[in-house]
Amino acid sequence: MTRLHRRTVLLTLAGAAVVTAHPALAQLKTGDNPDASPVWQKVRASLFGDKPITSPADDLIELEAPLRAEDAAIVPVAIRTRYPQKADRYVEKVWLVIDNNPSPISAVFNFTPASGRADVETRVRVDEYTHMRAIAQTNDGKLYMTTRFVKASGGCSAPPGKDQASALATLGKMRFKVEGEVKANQPALAQLMISHPNNSGLAMDQLTRQFTPAHFVRRVNVSYGGQPVISADLDFSISENPNLRFYFTANGKADGELKVDVVDSNDLKFETSLKLASPA
Amino acid sequence: MAAVLVALALPLRAAPDSLPAALEPLAATQIASGVFVHTPPVAEWAPENGGDVANLGFIVGSRCVAVIDSGGSLDGGRRWKAAIERVTRVPICYLINTHVHPDHLMGNAAFRSSAAAGGPEILAHAKLASSLGARERYIVQALQRDFKLPAAEQTIVYPTRGIEGSVDLDLGGRTITLTAWATAHTDNDLTVLDRSTRTLFLGDLLFAGHIPVLDGKLRGWLTAMDDLRRQDVAIAVPGHGPTSGNWPQALDAQRRYLDALLTETKAAIAAGATIQQAVDKVGTEAAKPWALADLFHKRNVTTAYAELEWE
Repeated sequence: MTRLHRRTVLLTLAGAAVVTAHPALAQLKTGDNPDASPVWQKVRASLFGDKPITSPADDLIELEAPLRAEDAAIVPVAIRTRYPQKADRYVEKVWLVIDNNPSPISAVFNFTPASGRADVETRVRVDEYTHMRAIAQTNDGKLYMTTRFVKASGGCSAPPGKDQASALATLGKMRFKVEGEVKANQPALAQLMISHPNNSGLAMDQLTRQFTPAHFVRRVNVSYGGQPVISADLDFSISENPNLRFYFTANGKADGELKVDVVDSNDLKFETSLKLASPA
Repeated sequence: MAAVLVALALPLRAAPDSLPAALEPLAATQIASGVFVHTPPVAEWAPENGGDVANLGFIVGSRCVAVIDSGGSLDGGRRWKAAIERVTRVPICYLINTHVHPDHLMGNAAFRSSAAAGGPEILAHAKLASSLGARERYIVQALQRDFKLPAAEQTIVYPTRGIEGSVDLDLGGRTITLTAWATAHTDNDLTVLDRSTRTLFLGDLLFAGHIPVLDGKLRGWLTAMDDLRRQDVAIAVPGHGPTSGNWPQALDAQRRYLDALLTETKAAIAAGATIQQAVDKVGTEAAKPWALADLFHKRNVTTAYAELEWE
């Protein structure tokens, strides 16, 4: 069932990309009426069908993003849920949708009770003025959404690193750390940095008239002691050098290895791990 | 220079029939023999000012005029061309783009309109075309969304020649040197030095009054400023703000700001601040003296953080 469901998601990701292959006819200037967004209506239908979505649901899920993004290629976003991850009651999935990006479904995060908190921070590209939304699904199948309006443009075709030549030199290099002391059965914060140009496929080399091929991190799996704590299906809306901050809960019986596996769109695989002292 | 002086003494010519009646030439001031600048007030590239916010220049030789940046809109480019034609009848052989930002090059189309009659070569850093290609769609979007300009005024005109390293151009009786820089303010900054008057057009490698805007690499920009400091310059023309005869002190204010941006961003990263936390607190004091800090300072911290967190 899980496998089948995952396949459905990937098909939907591709389908949604087609939806906005053409530039939006009317450009948004304000954040009024996010439910009326035509892209959202299509994404909603493809992802959730007729299922009801509680919105706004700011008491359950919060999305932090700047109203006016300082740099459209690096827009910090934080998704925070207010729903403690318990064994029988937890947030299992969060979608991050950026309506007016060429591929709106920007990330799908999968959480488990071992996540501790279904919170994640990352950085995204924003192509034009847009609604941005986070939709959480709890393990009883209910959906909750929060939206933000973000003014920014140009993020998806900005050349990597403002300097196209140097971006590929360090491909796949990772930095991974845990912040603070890890205590048993308490959520601990980890930060993962992946050196990767995350090419959108939309940046054209004007001299050759060729598009730099899409090449981006598409999957991140994190486990602690062999148990999954978070995984993410990502799209090229994620900024160059993907950066994820997330939680995990150290289980006293575990072997203390926090492990990351990364796969990119060229099926290149990278991995790293941290050996943590077994929590008391 | 005799030709210039004669031209200046001529009464104003009526605008040619092909131009709109309301076409008012942009103000141009002579800052050195045969060197003219347009220095509009410091402001954001916006419809309210017609996009006329970047400093522009032109240098008149006996054979050729070189134009440095074309303005922030097609209309601005037409008005800039009219200002040049009011000063001299020497033909415009070269239009030089100092970097990719639209407030400096959206006027290119006004100069190309004379291409059939042997229009100017358009020169820029070799990397400008690629960068402009990446941004073209968003520049057009801004022109539609904010400036509400018709499609005919959204034409983006690319350079006809990319420069690597340094190139000398002979304007007749004077030589100018174009220098392409490694990634600094952008990845395609180009400076223009008029050798006879030691006037240096820095494009946006130098901001005066207008807060510096980082769209390249902070480390690279500081390195470029080290190199610039050693150059022999009589008059510095920044990309925004007033010209200065005080060199290298003209660099000092920008240096202080960029040094603070570097030091404080590195400290925030070392202290474990997230990019958003850094944006909220880094450099707020250093940004205070600058115009438009509310528009660009946080963006600078964002860009600096993403560059420096991997060091």
